[in-house]
Amino acid sequence: MSAAATPESQNRPDLRALFLAFSSVGLSGFGGVLPFARRMLVEERKWLTAEEFNALLGLCQFLPGPNVVNLAVVVGKRYQGALGAIVAPVGLLSGPMLVVFGLAMLYERYGSLPVVQDMLRGIAAVGCGLLFAMAWRMGLAIKSKAAFLPFAVLVVAAIAWLRWPMPWVMLAGLALSGGLAYVRLGRS
Amino acid sequence: MIVVTLFFEFALLSCVAFGGATALLPEMHRVVVENHHWMDDATFTHLYAIAQGAPGPNVLVVTLIGWHVAGLAGALAATVAMCLPMSMAIYLLIDRWEGFAGARWQKAISLGVAPLAVGLIFSGATLIAQAAAFGWAAWLIVGATVFVNLKTKLHPLWLIVLGGAIGLSGWV
Repeated sequence: MSAAATPESQNRPDLRALFLAFSSVGLSGFGGVLPFARRMLVEERKWLTAEEFNALLGLCQFLPGPNVVNLAVVVGKRYQGALGAIVAPVGLLSGPMLVVFGLAMLYERYGSLPVVQDMLRGIAAVGCGLLFAMAWRMGLAIKSKAAFLPFAVLVVAAIAWLRWPMPWVMLAGLALSGGLAYVRLGRS
Repeated sequence: MIVVTLFFEFALLSCVAFGGATALLPEMHRVVVENHHWMDDATFTHLYAIAQGAPGPNVLVVTLIGWHVAGLAGALAATVAMCLPMSMAIYLLIDRWEGFAGARWQKAISLGVAPLAVGLIFSGATLIAQAAAFGWAAWLIVGATVFVNLKTKLHPLWLIVLGGAIGLSGWV
């Protein structure tokens, strides 16, 4: 990230611009807004180059938690320091949260109606299918599947079947799976 | 008091949310349905469905759960709890990222986390199916959704709309 290569000097967003830009990203997507964040940051506003975006996304995916929120924190900090790191994720989340509050109030009022429950069951079935498809796609993206996919199976057994507590499963899984990756990286 | 409990439960969960909030569905279900009895299976499923139909990042399912447990304060507490710990971590780490990006241990963690996230998301899908007690019609929709989503470029929103419409018919 050399200073000359970044578009930082030409268009340095202020807090208002950060808030509005991330608000529009937050409201654009259904079931994940990462592609919209990329389009806004790299193509439209040119606040990050494509390489910078990929590098930052690497860090955001390296840490647990909502990736796109983490990304907003990083971009906010970069352009407006601590305040920016608060304003950008707040912008990202406040619009969708207002929508969700509205839906929650509708649900409280009408959620007991059988017709609403029927509709939500239909949507839940689609949502369930989208999760299976997402897991499948993420599984296909794993390199050296024979070595690492067994850990996915172990997680399913521990979480979905045995119902073990997730923090411990993740710590143990990370030690085993990350340990194997560490050893394999040393060999190659 | 319930808001404080909610905050700390979700803040703890956020630290293991490899794969985002979606990966947390099984554990959130354990916390809010099984441990604290803040809602039943059907409500959990409904809230998940509502989040699917709303715009925004996946983390909003957390907002909805918080709202149902403790209103506006609950929604804010749950959402902040889910975002704050790792936002703070990334705020502090970002300047050093280039120092350790590409290091052997960093690559090992990135590689190691990927299959765990796959397992968590798969578990989330089975959990929704269990909590909603899907019958054959729902499983048909699940199968069709998987197929269409993997084989075509149709936007998932259309599937959600279609699923809601089929649901309205009362078959699911």
